[in-house]
Amino acid sequence: MTTHANELAVDVRGLRKQYGDVTAVDGIDLGIRRGEVFGLLGPNGAGKSTTVEILQGNRTRDGGEVSVLGSDPATGTRAWRSRVGIVWQDESAPAELTVRETVRHFARYYPRSRDPEEVIGLVGLEAKAGSRIKALSGGQRRRLDVALGVIGGPELLLLDEPTTGFDPAARRQFWDLIRLLADEGTTILLTTHYLEEAEALADRLAVVAKGQVVAEGEPAVLRERYGTEATVVWTEPDGVTRTERTATPTRTVAGLMHRFDGEIPGLKVTRPTLEDVYLRLTGQEDAR
Amino acid sequence: MTTTAVRTRTETPAGRLPGAWGLGLQRGALEIKQFFRQRDQVVFTFAFPVVFLFLFASIFSDDVKGAGITASQLYVPAMMAAGIMSTSFQSLGISIAIERDEKVLRRLRGTPMPAAAYFLGKIWLVLVTGLLETAILLLVGTTLYDVDLPSDASHWFDLAWIFVLGLTACALLGIAVSSVPKSGKSASSVVVLPFLVLQFISGVYIAIDTIPDWMLNIGALFPLKWMCQGLRGVFLPDSAQILEQTGSWELGKVALVLGAWCVGGLVLCLLTFRWKNRREG
Repeated sequence: MTTHANELAVDVRGLRKQYGDVTAVDGIDLGIRRGEVFGLLGPNGAGKSTTVEILQGNRTRDGGEVSVLGSDPATGTRAWRSRVGIVWQDESAPAELTVRETVRHFARYYPRSRDPEEVIGLVGLEAKAGSRIKALSGGQRRRLDVALGVIGGPELLLLDEPTTGFDPAARRQFWDLIRLLADEGTTILLTTHYLEEAEALADRLAVVAKGQVVAEGEPAVLRERYGTEATVVWTEPDGVTRTERTATPTRTVAGLMHRFDGEIPGLKVTRPTLEDVYLRLTGQEDAR
Repeated sequence: MTTTAVRTRTETPAGRLPGAWGLGLQRGALEIKQFFRQRDQVVFTFAFPVVFLFLFASIFSDDVKGAGITASQLYVPAMMAAGIMSTSFQSLGISIAIERDEKVLRRLRGTPMPAAAYFLGKIWLVLVTGLLETAILLLVGTTLYDVDLPSDASHWFDLAWIFVLGLTACALLGIAVSSVPKSGKSASSVVVLPFLVLQFISGVYIAIDTIPDWMLNIGALFPLKWMCQGLRGVFLPDSAQILEQTGSWELGKVALVLGAWCVGGLVLCLLTFRWKNRREG
């Protein structure tokens, strides 16, 4: 891990992927530093999953340069795969085996695996270690998915919408686990369509819409950069509600004060939340 | 950076990737464990050829004219061959298609497990199930239908190589055919039909001297006909050779065809095996 300290863990340039006539990924650039938690945020169908699948070496690309831990995933060797952990979205673990049997077995695939019991504890499945996988709840299966993703002690962990279907408590526990792995130095890329999750976990984010990165940076910086415009709302004398988006709300209000000569009916000045920024960036504003 | 968890790691010597052979054994043990934990699958896998043997050998039990055997005796090696093919070709063809559909294969592909370890694990599984199936049919055949156990070492040896070559060829064909169905749901229909047809034209259900030559010639392109023929050579008296197309067991040719199918099946697997469904690109 120390030898390539300055190299990017994930370096993507001009990535493109086409499904028939549909362009799923339309020239994405990403640079993820080692040890960083990077969030890929975007609505369903934005191209997040396709991007992650290409990084996993699980999907071919139609264009662009991709380097993951210094290798092209399309030609990933066994040694390369042993350094990349994947947390899948689907329940594909062997139903008839127990949690312990499965985690122990997967540990054998790797040259430097973590201790299976420790990993089972890490994901909070100690009490279920002896249960068959078919007897687990959906949330417990997702935890097993995470266990199988980290059992090899990966340098880079790729998670595609890891908390979809979690209840709020399970989501918080999962976040703690991600933070723990990040503290250990694991580079983490996660996709999500939950803004809250991206904000809670990611050091940096890229917002993806229609196959392109529409914004990138630290969550707070993003909010500042794209959230400077305030919204001023008031009611005209004829009862019509007017809305104006402006970088200088004070001037707008001053103008209105002058026009109304005193109180402005229904006046409201709001600063956008990160969610507003996100919805505007991804063109989903009207969906609210 | 704060380290909140103690990292314990199990390292292979020099951090080297574990070998395919050892992992194949591990996978084999796991496959066998999974198989035997599914009770209904176990019961039906083993019962199927036994029930068919019982039906056919009881319905057709007359003496076969001029061959010195009964029709029941003829069905014992036939059902053994079919049993070997069902535990290998049919069960792998269906189960791998389902594993592909349920993304079990994709998950494995995301680990450093070598592909060979997966195939080896499947071969170990069918070796165990095939051996059990053959033993059960042998038990039924010898107790109910007047078939004798191989009389000498050379006949036991013939049984062993026919079993190993036949099973391997059929297992590889099963792995190859698993890529044909578009989904796990359609797998059993896609795999069972060709197997059923082969059983009719290879001398499993219908005695070899009753099948039209042109059908038998098509059957002769595939391993099942040769497995049946070889096993008749193991279990039937030489007087029954008269029923064969050429009047002989042709054991040399059996070995040649089955061996060729092992090689061809392997090539077919390597060329066609897919870790994902076709629609997943």
